[in-house]
Amino acid sequence: MAEKSALARFTDVATGRGLPLLRRMLAGAERVVDEVTERLLGTDFEERFRVLADRYEQLGGDPFGFNPEAVRSAALASAFFHRAYFRTDVYDVDRVPAGRVMLVANHSGQIPIDAAIIGCALFFDANPPRITRAMVDKWAATLPFVSTFFSRMGQVVGLPENARRLLDMGELLLVFPEGMRGVSKPFDERYQLQEFGRGFMRLALETKTPIVPVAVVGAEEQYLSFGRVSWAARAFGLPVFPLVPQVLLPGGQLPLPTKYRLFFGEPLYFEGDPDDAAAVADKVYLVREAVAHILRRGLAQRRSIFL
Amino acid sequence: MTEPPPTPFVADDGAVVITGICGRLGRRLARKLHRQGRVIGIDRRSFPDRPADVEHHELDLRSARVRDIFRDGVRALVHLGVVHDPRGDTAEHHASNVAGLQKLLEYVEYFGVPKVVLLSSANVYGPRPDNPQFLGEDAPLLGAGPFSRIRDLVELDMCAQSFFWRLSAVQTVILRPTHILGTVRNAPSNYLRLAVVPTLLGFDPMLQAVHQDDVVRAIMLALAPTARGIYNIAGPPPVPLSRVIELLERQTVAVPHTVARLGVERLFRWRVTSFPAPELDFIRYVCMIDDSRARRDLGYAPAHGLVATLCAVDEERWLG
Repeated sequence: MAEKSALARFTDVATGRGLPLLRRMLAGAERVVDEVTERLLGTDFEERFRVLADRYEQLGGDPFGFNPEAVRSAALASAFFHRAYFRTDVYDVDRVPAGRVMLVANHSGQIPIDAAIIGCALFFDANPPRITRAMVDKWAATLPFVSTFFSRMGQVVGLPENARRLLDMGELLLVFPEGMRGVSKPFDERYQLQEFGRGFMRLALETKTPIVPVAVVGAEEQYLSFGRVSWAARAFGLPVFPLVPQVLLPGGQLPLPTKYRLFFGEPLYFEGDPDDAAAVADKVYLVREAVAHILRRGLAQRRSIFL
Repeated sequence: MTEPPPTPFVADDGAVVITGICGRLGRRLARKLHRQGRVIGIDRRSFPDRPADVEHHELDLRSARVRDIFRDGVRALVHLGVVHDPRGDTAEHHASNVAGLQKLLEYVEYFGVPKVVLLSSANVYGPRPDNPQFLGEDAPLLGAGPFSRIRDLVELDMCAQSFFWRLSAVQTVILRPTHILGTVRNAPSNYLRLAVVPTLLGFDPMLQAVHQDDVVRAIMLALAPTARGIYNIAGPPPVPLSRVIELLERQTVAVPHTVARLGVERLFRWRVTSFPAPELDFIRYVCMIDDSRARRDLGYAPAHGLVATLCAVDEERWLG
């Protein structure tokens, strides 16, 4: 009987045992990926996506460049940060009324991850899912990729004309009345609400839009800022340059995995003359107090920054 | 393509004077208008295949003989004769554009012409990162800031505006259409006719476009006796630049902005391209307009859909 050659023996083993093993491993890996994807996106992702896609199909496309397909491609990464990395707890998202509405939230965390997480909460946790239209600084519109990404994800340049148009379309508008002052706060001013701009209130009065106060707990600790360097901001042409030493450490570019908690308040309905500056200021104060109140309650409830 | 609604313009005995009639838009307008009444063209170029009943004068707008044209029964002036040649002598263009319109408006006032239509452009607003997504007619005309060659257009627009306020008896209409696409030889159509369309890496702004025949229709609506004021003219709903290129099935190459800017500047100086570098902002930032006023007051609506509008740039592609 002729001895089998080494190559033939190897082929036998490879096809007999190796291939099925490899196939099983691949199938296993695929299963794990599927499982993780489903865990992150939830079982009803397709349904949620369909709701959105249908809405914008009926509108005949979004004039600001929002593309539901872009949401699909960004969904996994967003869901990873929302569900696994920051493990967001969302409280009372069902208080957000249908139709046009303005969310007013505290702004923090050096980069606007809080906006993205609120967007995730409205997409993954609200029923029906909604797209959050936030207003971005016009500086972002000058950046390649960033401007396109924001536009496809439904973000618009922060101008009253754009906000009014979005509200007329019945969209959900996310507003940070603290603006840059809020997001670039140093660590020792964490959870201290800065002064609120008044434009959002004038707009809400003009368009009769309900306002939902939102408190974000957990974003303040993601990047520890020791201050703002104004000359560096000028030198690099940035709106603000926070001093965040952790980005120099390996892996420190990622935000710290703090636990996010989002608290949605009862919707507030305002009426009155949008041109009466004093009355508008009073109403802005009420909204600021509402956000501060929810924020205080959320902070008191929290036992740990990371858990 | 849907059938355009009937135009309300009914000619009375007066003639319509069209300046710049030999441009592609002017010729299209002349072909539409000459069936309804007398049409007189003024252009420095000749109009070889003009319809027999179109009267044409090969004149510079500043020529004294233009005055004689207005002498007998002109019912409207349509000013398309804005010279815009990126290569030409800027000072000479400026003088001819501004002085030309100034003269025309003088004749309009003197001979009591009841109607003036100026074809301006949405470019007068200029593409800017802090533009609202849709600019209304009241938005400031900032187009000339980074792009000085738009200065002429802004000044003509302003000139017509002041005329509009000064002489309320004359129905002045200023039309500001967005990028006109078609067989016209303007920057957006030429850009989309390129075999390989360059884009800016990482930028994909929303764009509007309007079919040349929709602009012609808007001009005819503006000739209606009651129309006066400033109107933005847009076409089908806006889409991203990438979608435009996809629909036209063009190849594309993405270039970083700094490289593109330096490159286009050089190429322009070496006369390889006819696109001035500041025009790159049009594929970088939004410059879109809200035409709801024209839809409401003029009854304007674009008859061409997105695909028809875009494909119009290829109509004469192989005819030369």
